[in-house]
Amino acid sequence: MSKILLFSEFLLSLEPIIVLHISMDVSAKTAISKLAESLHKQTNFTKKECEHLLHMYRELAGADDVKLDRSKFKDILHCSFGMTDAMMIDHVFRAFDTDFDSSISQEEWLKGMSTFLRGTLDEKTQFAFRAYDLNSNGMISREEIFQLLKATLIKQPVEEDPDEGVRDLVEIVFKKFDTQKKGVIDYAQFKAMVAEEPLLLQALGPCLPDEKSADAFLCTFEELHLPTTISYIKTGSQR
Amino acid sequence: MGLTLTKAADWLDNSKLDFSPSNQIILTDILKAVDGYSKNNPIGGKMKFSEPLVWDSTLKFEDFKKTERFPETSQEVAHVECHSFDMLQLVLDACRSKKTAEVRACLEGNSDPVSKILGNRYACNTEDDVEFYKQAEEDLQGEDITYEEFETKKVVLKMAMEFHNLDVRMLRSVQGLMSKDSRLSPRLVEAEFDCLKELSGSEDEQPLRDIEPVPCYVHVFSNGYRAPNFRQLQGDIAYFLVYLKDTDVICVTAGTKGWFVNKGYSKDTNDVDFERRSDLYGSLFALLRERSRHFRERTSRKSGDGETAADEAADGAEKPDQEGDADQQAAREEAEERKKDPTLRWVSLGTSEQQSQERRSARQPQSAAAAAQQSDESDSESGTDEEEDAVERRHESNADLPSEYWQIGKFVRYLKGGNQTSTIISLCALRDFQLNTEVCQLAIRDVGGLEVLLNLLETEENRCKIGSLKILKEISQNPQIRRAIADLGGLQTLVNILKEPSKDLKCLAAETIANVAKFRRARRIVRQHGGIRKLVSLLDCPALNGPTSPEIERDIEVARCGALALWSLSNSTKNKRAMKRAGVIPLLGKLLKSRHEDMLIPVVGTLQECASEPDYRVAIRTEGMVEDLVKNLKSDNAELQMHCASTIFKCAEEEETRDLVRSYDGLEPMVGLLNKTDNKELLSAATGAIWKCSMSSKNIRKFQELNVIEKLVRLLSDQPEEVLVNVVGALGEMAAEKENRHAIRKAGGIGPLVQLLTGTNQALLVNTTRAVGRCAQEKENMAIIDRMDGVRLLWSLLKNPNPEVQASAAYAICPCIDNVNDAGEMVRSYVGGLELIVHLLRSDNIKVLAAICAAVASIAKDEENLAVLTDHGVIPLLAGLTRTQDEELKRHLSEAIACCCAWGNNRIVFGKEGAVAPLVSYLRVKDPKVHRSTARALHELSRHPDNCITMHECGVVRHLLGLVGSDDEALQLAASGCIANIRRLAMANEKSRQSSKARGGGNGGANGKAVAAK
Repeated sequence: MSKILLFSEFLLSLEPIIVLHISMDVSAKTAISKLAESLHKQTNFTKKECEHLLHMYRELAGADDVKLDRSKFKDILHCSFGMTDAMMIDHVFRAFDTDFDSSISQEEWLKGMSTFLRGTLDEKTQFAFRAYDLNSNGMISREEIFQLLKATLIKQPVEEDPDEGVRDLVEIVFKKFDTQKKGVIDYAQFKAMVAEEPLLLQALGPCLPDEKSADAFLCTFEELHLPTTISYIKTGSQR
Repeated sequence: MGLTLTKAADWLDNSKLDFSPSNQIILTDILKAVDGYSKNNPIGGKMKFSEPLVWDSTLKFEDFKKTERFPETSQEVAHVECHSFDMLQLVLDACRSKKTAEVRACLEGNSDPVSKILGNRYACNTEDDVEFYKQAEEDLQGEDITYEEFETKKVVLKMAMEFHNLDVRMLRSVQGLMSKDSRLSPRLVEAEFDCLKELSGSEDEQPLRDIEPVPCYVHVFSNGYRAPNFRQLQGDIAYFLVYLKDTDVICVTAGTKGWFVNKGYSKDTNDVDFERRSDLYGSLFALLRERSRHFRERTSRKSGDGETAADEAADGAEKPDQEGDADQQAAREEAEERKKDPTLRWVSLGTSEQQSQERRSARQPQSAAAAAQQSDESDSESGTDEEEDAVERRHESNADLPSEYWQIGKFVRYLKGGNQTSTIISLCALRDFQLNTEVCQLAIRDVGGLEVLLNLLETEENRCKIGSLKILKEISQNPQIRRAIADLGGLQTLVNILKEPSKDLKCLAAETIANVAKFRRARRIVRQHGGIRKLVSLLDCPALNGPTSPEIERDIEVARCGALALWSLSNSTKNKRAMKRAGVIPLLGKLLKSRHEDMLIPVVGTLQECASEPDYRVAIRTEGMVEDLVKNLKSDNAELQMHCASTIFKCAEEEETRDLVRSYDGLEPMVGLLNKTDNKELLSAATGAIWKCSMSSKNIRKFQELNVIEKLVRLLSDQPEEVLVNVVGALGEMAAEKENRHAIRKAGGIGPLVQLLTGTNQALLVNTTRAVGRCAQEKENMAIIDRMDGVRLLWSLLKNPNPEVQASAAYAICPCIDNVNDAGEMVRSYVGGLELIVHLLRSDNIKVLAAICAAVASIAKDEENLAVLTDHGVIPLLAGLTRTQDEELKRHLSEAIACCCAWGNNRIVFGKEGAVAPLVSYLRVKDPKVHRSTARALHELSRHPDNCITMHECGVVRHLLGLVGSDDEALQLAASGCIANIRRLAMANEKSRQSSKARGGGNGGANGKAVAAK
């Protein structure tokens, strides 16, 4: 008898904590599910997938009402998507951060991930353009390309001008994209060229995850199995 | 030049110069020195020789008249005497093109010309030059000489120096030649023998039938020689019998100096007549190429990819260029002098000649191993490879390289030294070049781009792999690039990529394989690395004609690329089998239902290739693919139609398939294709399909409704031979029916058909003779054929080397003779015609024999001709054939025997030659046609008592009794006639026995029973 009493007392003593926890969880959950409900149509995810991503967001942010900041986001890109180039990670962060507040909101997170993981060619083109447009002025200039490409070639000490090769590459890229001789690459030119040769989508550096890490990231929660990369070849109807 | 002539020149026993390459060089060198000498040295030219040069000239008297100045030679031009270089010059001028021959004659007449020209003191001293210098010194130091004498001596000395220099020069060039002239060793001989043994076989594409060591010298001595000791001393290594396809057996000797044909091996004495009967050849391959046309064709067959014989010649000429020695000149002259030695090509077939392998491996590191591998594997695909010998065309210098070279070189450098981003950019930049031009394709290879591109395929970066494959796919359209990719081991990598999950990669890799696998070695590599199974699995495409999404389109694309690759691979027999084992047939059947032409063309193309295998033909029928093939015949795409028609062409060998084509209404679209006269490939395929389909009588009826004959006859003019073969084949099949034979005449087809008999294409001739023969069954047709002298043309085709043509022409002659008026006179008018017929009875081809027997039967109906045939000895030949096992031959042979009995004592001769007993055995054959002609022959033969006895001993009566009950009246008549003859003999026997009380009742008893049964 006494044992039973003791146990009920124990339960009572626990009650406030449990209730508190449940209430917090419930409110967060409903918030997440509401947000997922409203946003999933704008993304390439199902509602459940959105919820999962939002839970993940909360966990990464550490608490409710805290936005993902640059360093935490960088960790994800680095650990989950194998991106190592600090410069490029910065650029990707800027492409995610559509309102330029140096942090990533839940909405930005969902939409960014949607493009990042399941984007169509158009979405990915836009995303890449944002990443490459370093000063976010809607145009990519020669200098920006130089910045993006300067580390791509292995520097050979014997060469007189180590940047000569890079400048050459910049010229190649510029000539390729600037079909209308505008002196800068605007989005229309970029999009047209990428549509013609999808390999050029990431011509200025890897701003999108590779197929393997994207698949690995998605496989824990995906409901639909959709391709994570675009098709680089032209099939029947496109020819 | 004395030294050269005594030491280096090859003298024959009769003090003549041999016609060897080194002599040729010496002669040309001397000629060069002498010709024009007097012009360059007026004083030396006038100087009188110390003794005149005397020789028997090759010139004729008239030759001199043409020159302006008459030389001071004796009137008999056969004997020339020259006292100075001026005179020599005159003689040479008279020679014109025969200068070398004249120099040869001069040297043969004066073995040491220098001593004659300059005096004995300068006679050839073989040991050293001391004598020469002493002489010179003495000459110059003589004290009591006048100025003129001194001058003369100077001239003499100068000339002596010049001769000496010439000597040195010639020795050097001859030495250069000798160093090239490698002697054969037993090892090389055995290697070549093994290699040829690999290549030999009965199939048509194999260059020779067989090669074996001569039976009496099979043993290999410990030193590697096969020749007996006393011949080893003469330089012989081994003796081989080579069985060629087009000529008889030749017996060759391998000696240390080279290969040659000897006087042959005799079975009776079991020995070889060692005497040389041909030129020397550096390799047996060269010898056989010279001897056998078939061998030459099979070893130099080229693909249609644009490699030409001219390129091959360029390859041959490349060798001296690469070596770049001073003795190039000698090598070239040798090449001009002799027939070009094709050893180079031979090497690329994979002999183990070490020296040449080194040369080859220097150029392409991996191909030597590949070649070795090739000779290891005794493959159904042995023989030469169309592209295996693709020619290297290197740019000589960097000066005239196009600008693309530098740009491409730069991009390839960025590919090597950068991360994936710069790699992608460089790949995209490379893609902007005109990759379909040879300049760019070869530039990529030459700057080492292929290695980098293939390396990229082994990285983890999908985008780099895709970019690289996109370039490889384009440039692999070039045959040289294909070879290079295979040599670099690229095919293995490509096959591995097929395993990748990325569909883009699968597509591109399959497409690249489709391009590369255009030559046999590549196809084999793909098979050996398990590529076929992987490619076949690509064909498994879940949704084909449903609603499309990008994903489904990608799946379809994967299947399409897989089909493309299999299409290329299906060129090899082993691959076809591997594909079947991998389960390709149902998958192809499924893809055949596709609506996309892009998909259908490779699928039908693969089927077309595979339909050469009977298994596939059955599968195509049983898997219901005929319906789809017929459906696609109606497509708008000419290429697709062409492949469908070709597939039907191949499959319609089988009767069930022909019926299926008809039941799916495939004949109408086929006939419709006949209107597309511009597209010759399509026309050829369509007419081929019609030809094969018209082998069924029901199809013929359908074709009649469609007025095919008129259309086909219209195609008889102005078409390439591929089309004509099929058109004529179809007409030949159609002409099996009487109505059609008339229709062909009414459409005006007889004339063109007869004209085609004058052609040379063997396949066409076979078909044409067949068609003409069938048409000749109608009197009206025969009248036209006779008017155009068609029978004479047919007769002349009996001389064609191809036995099929011979047989077909002989069959065609039969109805002609049967249906022409006054056939006997016509046949006699062909001079030597009957002799030719009798001669052909010695052929070793069963089909020819059967056909000629049929012709003999027709000819022998005219008594006079039969008499001529008999004179030519037809009877023993026919009797000799009776032991054959071939039913067709049996039929025509007995028919011929029946017809030939009518003359003189032929019956008796047949009996004596032992033809009767085998004929009786023919009655055991199942074919009623054989029975019929045999019964006729026996009936004719039974008119002579000896034959009757033989027949009876062989138990003919039992068989004949069975035949009497046949439905065939002619057979009945012949059988009963034969029995009656036997019976009559028995009766006569009985009678004589009764009168003379002699024995012989047994026969009578048996025959009595026979007649009773009748």
